[in-house]
Amino acid sequence: MERTITVTVNGKTHTASVEPRLLLVHFLREVLNLTGTHIGCDTTSCGACTVLLDGVPIKSCTFFAVQADGRRITTVEGLARDGELHPIQQGFKEEHGLQCGFCTPGMMLVAKALLDENPNPTEEEIRWAISGNLCRCTGYQNIVKSIQWAARRMREAPAAGR
Amino acid sequence: MATKIEELGGVGVCLHRKEDERFIRGKGQYLDDIKLPGMLHMEILRSPYAHAWIRSIDVSKAKALPGVVAVITGQDLAAHNLAWMPTMSGDTQAVLATDKVRFQGQEVAAVIAETPYIAKDALELIEVDYEPLPAVVDPKKALEPGAPLIRDDKPGQTTNHIYHWEVGDREATERAFREADRVVALETHYQRCHPAPLECCGCIADVNPATGKATIYMTTQAPHAVRTVFAMVTGYPEHQIRIISPDIGGGFGNKVPVYPGYVVATAASLLLGRPVKWVEDRTGNLISTGYARDFHMRGELALKGDRIIGLRVKVLGDHGAFYADAQPSKFKIGLFHICTGSYDIPAAFVEADGAYTNKAPGGVAYRCSFRVTEASFLIERLVQTAAYELGMDPAEFRRRNFVRKDQFPYRSALGWVYDSGDYHRALDLALEKLDYARWRREQEEARKQGRLIGIGIASFTEIVGAGPSHTFDILGLKMFDSAELRVHPTGKAVLKLGTRTQGQGHETTYAQIIASELGIPARDVEVQEGDTDHTPYGLGTYASRSTPTSGAAAAVVARRVREKARKIAAHLLEVSEDDLEWEPGRFYVRGAPEKGKTIQEVALAAYTNFPQGLEPGLEDVCYYDPPNLTFPFGTYAVVVEVDRGTGQWKPLRVVAVDDCGVRINPMIVEGQIMGGLCEGFGIAAMQQITFDEQGNCIGSNFMDYLLPTAWETPRFELYETITPSPHHPLGAKGVGESATVGSPAAYVNAVIDAMAHAGVRNIDMPLTPDKVRAALEEVGLAE
Repeated sequence: MERTITVTVNGKTHTASVEPRLLLVHFLREVLNLTGTHIGCDTTSCGACTVLLDGVPIKSCTFFAVQADGRRITTVEGLARDGELHPIQQGFKEEHGLQCGFCTPGMMLVAKALLDENPNPTEEEIRWAISGNLCRCTGYQNIVKSIQWAARRMREAPAAGR
Repeated sequence: MATKIEELGGVGVCLHRKEDERFIRGKGQYLDDIKLPGMLHMEILRSPYAHAWIRSIDVSKAKALPGVVAVITGQDLAAHNLAWMPTMSGDTQAVLATDKVRFQGQEVAAVIAETPYIAKDALELIEVDYEPLPAVVDPKKALEPGAPLIRDDKPGQTTNHIYHWEVGDREATERAFREADRVVALETHYQRCHPAPLECCGCIADVNPATGKATIYMTTQAPHAVRTVFAMVTGYPEHQIRIISPDIGGGFGNKVPVYPGYVVATAASLLLGRPVKWVEDRTGNLISTGYARDFHMRGELALKGDRIIGLRVKVLGDHGAFYADAQPSKFKIGLFHICTGSYDIPAAFVEADGAYTNKAPGGVAYRCSFRVTEASFLIERLVQTAAYELGMDPAEFRRRNFVRKDQFPYRSALGWVYDSGDYHRALDLALEKLDYARWRREQEEARKQGRLIGIGIASFTEIVGAGPSHTFDILGLKMFDSAELRVHPTGKAVLKLGTRTQGQGHETTYAQIIASELGIPARDVEVQEGDTDHTPYGLGTYASRSTPTSGAAAAVVARRVREKARKIAAHLLEVSEDDLEWEPGRFYVRGAPEKGKTIQEVALAAYTNFPQGLEPGLEDVCYYDPPNLTFPFGTYAVVVEVDRGTGQWKPLRVVAVDDCGVRINPMIVEGQIMGGLCEGFGIAAMQQITFDEQGNCIGSNFMDYLLPTAWETPRFELYETITPSPHHPLGAKGVGESATVGSPAAYVNAVIDAMAHAGVRNIDMPLTPDKVRAALEEVGLAE
């Protein structure tokens, strides 16, 4: 019944035997103990569970772990390198882009995918990019500013954004 | 050059948040992130019917599923007298249904299994034989003769009527209405909505079979109160109960009540001797936990010339199947009687009735201080309506009726004493920043071109920060709060409080208070909350009460510690205490400022070189009973454009002037205001939990219950005035809810204003395009 999958998560390769119905978010949280990816709605609506699949944001609460077999996943735990914050993480802190912090990992990963593709997005483009992710605390304005902060920093020092 | 306070990170500094570091790294520890050895998982079976007898429940197939450890029904709980529990409004609520189900989503049984997947599988194997009954979801119909009786469990309950409640002077108010030369009325339904924090509710109950200690990790905004309630309800010794509220992914009032899941998980852990985790899914959260509002209101203003001389309000509250409003014991509809708002109204009278319906219980204060949102909405909508009837500018009408600055402290007709305010200044600033006169001209111009622009204002006054204890209690527990400060020998400190942050930034702001009051840098102060074994007693965080109560306690306890430090400093400097002056972080000898001791030096001496006769150590605790509530206020001004074809509306400008007294961390204050403005927009535009005739909940997931995203949420322009609270030690007032309370009326007033020239006076929230379109059609404005 179980299937063996191999998934590269934050640069590290994991092989595990999982039930085919196991959701990716549960694989990350329960099997790999990467609890920075949150569950907010179960219906692909809120984006708290957003991770990057080969660099593209997906909602891991409606994605089976077996679908990630052979693929590359980035979670919030993979943003910082050697303890050094990613500019997007710094931006969220600098611009007060989080309050309760529950939506933050998903927001930051969507922001990463956006900035990797578009280093100088307009406010409209940022708002559109994060519109699949809900935040109940901040009213979004500071999240937009956080991403703008990160975009500036990454343009100034491209190595920081990797 | 940075001032001393800036270096310390004291009050008034936009200090970056201490808590951010773990959240941005994905290292927060929310409830579902906690795993205990041997932990089991619980899932709850919910009723598909809004109203039905339970003929029988067969759990045998579920029990037989491999991996299932136990299945619990109401009958099992009844054997331990736990099938029902008390609510915060003096009613009872079923934990697991024993006789019948009274709303869709009600808890019927629970499965405890080795994994959540097995527990969910087992739910589908439970066979419940229901006998459906007619349901009633409209409180007006619920009160009609012959309506299905919902609470037949309550002896003597023969109708769905819960309470009748009155406040104010009926006679004086009737007299005002007789003397009035004009009466303006507004009837509106403040829709049922749900706070929907992004993290759902849950708990892990861990009853240690050897010691009997019950450690319960719980998504709660009020851990201490929950501990006491658990002890009282179950008879379990309170010292054997430890509630730990870990990182909370937003609360907004939704995490104040005690939910059946908490009780069942605890009973299961006690029974099985293993930790039991229960985390509800989003549907469970939306259909069963604390909803908000659902108030049918009729308000009338008695006018004499351009002055309001009386306010009369009738409320019908829809409370669902159990009257479980989270509110102080003394009141039936919370603090709704702040409904005279920012206006000097000589006579006012409110009467309210409550009804049971086949809907979820709750009535929580959703980012609001106990029904203040409904009150603020009603008066701000009424005032605009009155201005139209008088043919007067709504801003000018407000100005003429405001409580004046020189009237504070101001006693309202409904009995509150407003601590401080300057309503004219906030309004004037908002209008100036908006460029109100220009927008009125634009509105005229636009109309000529066939476009609809509206300008809406709300000049709200809130009432937040309960106590004082003489008026406020929850289930008898007085609403004070606490702070305990310990300064360690090396001059670092730990501050513990009775409140519980859910995103408000307490770990930063409370440390800033200590920085200002005691001169220990904020980075050297660790703030702890949420663990009842390790923090002083308090009533928790909701109703914007943290800064008014625990924030005040933090300031007071720091001052007490400073007074002890003064004695030690005097000893070290060999001078009299009276000869010492204080500057942030340092005592020095008057007239010889170079001779002094820092607070860090004093802290070390408190453990190594203290004067004879003085207790060693440097710590204290304060239980703060506020002398009054605080009354934050402000003016929000919104410009919208309404599409005559689709009925869609879009905010073009949102200007917010907030006055919450002294701001401890302006960055955090502004963050909270923007969050509230967004939620206010969501409530005005889209958020509603509604039901069909059979009582099926429409809005049971985030595809049906709409929340604003970054795309449609407007940009906010924030400004401030500062009118300190005269009784708070720092002059601060609560602020976390101001914008949710004040802004819905501003958005709605703006949409109505766009159509007011054609006679539109009201559309009930949420202002969805179809409703706006219908209103446009009715007055011939539709395109």
